Amino acid sequence: MRAYLPEYQLKATHDLPAVLDLLAHDSGSWKPFAGGTDLMVLLDSGKLPHRNFVSIWKLPELRGIEVTPDHVTIGALTTYTELRRHETLAREFPLLCRAAAETGGIATQNRGTLGGNVANASPASDSPPALLVYDAELELISARGARWRPLHGFYSGYKQMDLRRDELIRRFRLARSKRDWRQHYRKVGTRRAQAISKVCFAAAANVEEGRIADIRLAFGSVAPTVFRAMATEQSLRGEKISPALWSAARETLGSEIAPIDDMRSTARYRRHVAQNLFMEFMEMLSAH
Amino acid sequence: MTTHIIGQSVQRKEGREKVTGSAHYVDDLTFPHMLHGVTVRSSIARGRIRGIHFGEGIPWDEFTIVTAADIPGQNRVALIIDDQPCLADTIVNHPEEPILLLAHPDKYLLEKARRAVQIEIEPLPGVFTIEESLAKKEIIWGADNIFKSFLIEKGNVDAAWASADFVVEGEYETGAQEQLYIEPQGMIALASKAEGVTVWGSLQCPYYVHKALVQLFGLPKEKIRVVQTETGGGFGGKEEYPSMIACHAALLAWKSGERVKIIYDRAEDMAATTKRHPSRTRHRTAVNRDGKILAMEVDFAIDGGAYLTLSPVVLSRGTIHAAGPYNCPNVRIRSRAVATNAPPHGAFRGFGAPQSVFALERHLDRVAEAGGLAPDELRRRNFIHEGEKLAFGQIVREKVDMERLMQRAFELSDYSAKRARFKAENANHGIKKGIGFAAFFHGAGFTGSGEEYLASEAALEATPEGRIRVMAGSTEMGQGTNTVFAQIAAEALGLDCEQIDIVQPDTANVPNSGPTVASRTTMIVGGLVESAARQIRELLLTSSFLKPGYGAQSFADACGRYIEKFGPLKSFVKYEHPRDLHWDDEKYQGDAYGAYGWAVYVAEVSVDTRTAEIHVDDFVAVQEVGKVINPILAAGQVEGGVAQGIGLALYENVVWHEGRMVNGQMTNYIMPTSMDVPTIRAVFEEIPYGRGPAGAKGIGELPLDGTAPAIANAIAHATGADITRVPVTPEVLFEMLEQVHA
Amino acid sequence: MRDAAVKIRVKCRVNGRSVTVESHPMARLLDVLREELGLTGTKEGCGEGECGSCSVEIDGELVNSCLVPALQAEGAEIRTIEGVADGNRLHAVQQAFLASGGAQCGICTPGMILAAVNLLARYPRPTDAQMREGLAGNLCRCTGYTKIFESVVEACHAMERGS
Repeated sequence: MRAYLPEYQLKATHDLPAVLDLLAHDSGSWKPFAGGTDLMVLLDSGKLPHRNFVSIWKLPELRGIEVTPDHVTIGALTTYTELRRHETLAREFPLLCRAAAETGGIATQNRGTLGGNVANASPASDSPPALLVYDAELELISARGARWRPLHGFYSGYKQMDLRRDELIRRFRLARSKRDWRQHYRKVGTRRAQAISKVCFAAAANVEEGRIADIRLAFGSVAPTVFRAMATEQSLRGEKISPALWSAARETLGSEIAPIDDMRSTARYRRHVAQNLFMEFMEMLSAH
Repeated sequence: MTTHIIGQSVQRKEGREKVTGSAHYVDDLTFPHMLHGVTVRSSIARGRIRGIHFGEGIPWDEFTIVTAADIPGQNRVALIIDDQPCLADTIVNHPEEPILLLAHPDKYLLEKARRAVQIEIEPLPGVFTIEESLAKKEIIWGADNIFKSFLIEKGNVDAAWASADFVVEGEYETGAQEQLYIEPQGMIALASKAEGVTVWGSLQCPYYVHKALVQLFGLPKEKIRVVQTETGGGFGGKEEYPSMIACHAALLAWKSGERVKIIYDRAEDMAATTKRHPSRTRHRTAVNRDGKILAMEVDFAIDGGAYLTLSPVVLSRGTIHAAGPYNCPNVRIRSRAVATNAPPHGAFRGFGAPQSVFALERHLDRVAEAGGLAPDELRRRNFIHEGEKLAFGQIVREKVDMERLMQRAFELSDYSAKRARFKAENANHGIKKGIGFAAFFHGAGFTGSGEEYLASEAALEATPEGRIRVMAGSTEMGQGTNTVFAQIAAEALGLDCEQIDIVQPDTANVPNSGPTVASRTTMIVGGLVESAARQIRELLLTSSFLKPGYGAQSFADACGRYIEKFGPLKSFVKYEHPRDLHWDDEKYQGDAYGAYGWAVYVAEVSVDTRTAEIHVDDFVAVQEVGKVINPILAAGQVEGGVAQGIGLALYENVVWHEGRMVNGQMTNYIMPTSMDVPTIRAVFEEIPYGRGPAGAKGIGELPLDGTAPAIANAIAHATGADITRVPVTPEVLFEMLEQVHA
Repeated sequence: MRDAAVKIRVKCRVNGRSVTVESHPMARLLDVLREELGLTGTKEGCGEGECGSCSVEIDGELVNSCLVPALQAEGAEIRTIEGVADGNRLHAVQQAFLASGGAQCGICTPGMILAAVNLLARYPRPTDAQMREGLAGNLCRCTGYTKIFESVVEACHAMERGS
């Protein structure tokens, strides 16, 4: 345990307004602390640069999953376990539940939160690609007010996002409009469980009479941020399913992504696998 | 021969403590006024120490600070030779080399202090691969970077090439592998000139640590005491390295006057401690159309890291096992262990043999292919039999039937049918399946005259209540030593295991039974325990306090009466080397081991061609290891060993940058989880070994030899990829698959 | 300057007993259990939430205690390995580990047993896949997992029989 504990503060909270006040206070010297599954790893290795945290773990406003006719709204502090156990999510948003099931082990899933995951902004995160496919929106709140924005475009660069210093992610909203789409999720990790992804792929397509009426393709671990393969989607939207279409799209995808070499994998491998996973999905659509 | 305890799956002696969380590992122990200790290390691979600076903001006067200058005796960690300093003084030879030690009661402040120490090192060029070392890019050790070399010759290799129908060459590599015991290394020490030195810790070899402390402090043997605490896995990783930590903790204790505890966290453990030696093996094999191997030429090289430590012995075992359980008339094995500027590599279950056996068994599949034979047929035509001579000159004098082991393994794994079926079906599937095997052996005990040199001892004592105390320096670390010793003693005395106590290994209380390594503990030390137990029985029977056919109560009464009349009831046994085993150290020829475990392992894999991910779907491990004393423990050894072999084959990749391991966390150094390992089916054949206790031979390391090559052969079968190195990561396989298609 | 952050008092229940400890708010629950409460059964194997040796239950859910800050243990119901047996009566999982060789070196065992107990509470008759998944967050270097699974299956049968 390499952190010098006396230098760290973790404050309990009374309520949400108090937290927002604190986040606004002292130009960002306080940061929110949710389940701790990312921050405590950094703390343990002595690599947590920030010192002052406020625990948001118990805030009821950030918890709960609400189902309305057109949307499901998920509190930022929803754990992966809670996602997996939710009937509507399991039925209509299987990619999100798959992603949750592939994040760490049971112990991590019990403490890791969707909001924490999104705020951690890792390009290798497992859930955000699924959220992107579902056109997720997130609500950001602060002492100044609240705003909704799409998750698409939230990340502008490696570990950079449209989250201001005094803001907190409150909840996510997913439209229930894709429940009849063909959906697919695959994470390629270093092993079958408890693995950081080398390539993560979430996809959904609305196929009508042999034509791709609409499609979403999202990836993790092949770019500085999780992202939607917009150019590839565009090349497929409205088109008739055919092997020639897939081939061309595969090449477009290869040029859209920017994987790197790191200690876990290589750029070449990631690119080829991303393309292969894409083709696997295309083949699924063809077979139907 | 009927036995009453041998062959039973008696419950683990210390099991209850383990399942209730009441077993005490070193970090579970605390003492009043105890200080914590940390090690300040070199950040670069090679260089001259120019200065040590203590940073601002730390109350240094509260700290105990130890450098090489504080060492009372010799600044060396004693092992085979004395080239490794305990603390680097002027030169550093590897990243993470220890330079300075700090102690303080506050472990959080201690860590802050560690980071505040700046060590100025003027870099020198380093050497980081076997090839660089052999090429003498820099001379970093001795005159030529070579720690040790061997040459084994049989027959006349050079004459065979011309007459052979096929000559097949190959080059094979294995990477480093981290032992990854789940309990990181640690020691607690108490030391003073007046009282001497005592250490408690996670270790395999109390007397190795003892010897190292004697030299470091220049104190007489009686003033040094080493106690083994419950040890959470070792696998060889705690064979030699604990001496280093013990020396460090003891130096801090010596200087501070307090007890000092040093516990490595996972990152430090991975970065600084030993790993399996990386290897490079070149094979050249002459084979005839009839499938007979005419000649084998092997060039085996291992990377020993910066200091000699145990490399000569690792090299020895790897060299001896390099030509396998085959009867080949002409063999040359040339081997070298070389220095590089990495933390010294060390013992890891298998100890050189996994490296050379990987190369051999993968190579023989390729030889079979070149010769137009099925891989199993090639083996069958060349397996060694009783009465025939192994490559290093030993005539096999035990019963061995490799064909039978192979047949059994094939039956259980459905090898033949699957071999054909997968080949046929793979063309139509994105997921390719494959099945492959390896045939191998592993010598138990120390090589050649090693056991004679160790001269191990064990003692037994009976209490007046009739309890038996077993005193041996062998350590329990999960493999089941405590239980097996209890069973052996109980069998020999006609008692129950509950009446046997295994004394905690403490050099003040137990004799030197040699290190707990080399698959020797059951066979050699268990043999001493058996003899010692028989002696106690003899003493009681001849004293006439005990009559044959006695029960537990009579035994207890007899002990009580014996002790009352004659004093302590003890027996003491020293190892006697069998007179008919002869080993020539000069020529490296003769009876290398008293006994061997023999095995054939079969692995079934599936490869997803989209991602090149490999999964082991089924694994059958058939071995002949003499009498199995405890079936559950023995199976546990095989299953655990196979899992480690799966790691070696597929997942465990050490990423190096200039001598430093850069992926030293469990997130990035990948060992198999429960979802990566199939149900492993371990099966035993038993041919009782006359010289083993109750007929047992050694078992612990055997599984590491054959697992990786069986998997490599299965992957080759599934994909056509010519695997020549492990670990086979998807990144590597992916490139190979592209080539296979091209 | 040294103790800039003040220690806090955390009140919770551990193995059925109410306890109050003083610690830094970001101190790991693992260290609080081991050092403040002397419950050394929970182990540190990696400090990064990978190995599961530090597994405990908080409010009935399995967590890695090396990743839980002390502050967040306030009001929690915590069970460690020391709370699994009922006095001297071992839990079926513990008995099965003894009978079937589920423990070798024992360092992963406390966490593994907690994970197994937690698994069987959620799935009294787990499938092979559920069992593997339930234990995937607990690494074992000694057993190769085979005898751990056998132990869990045995425990499952014993619990069904009501023994």
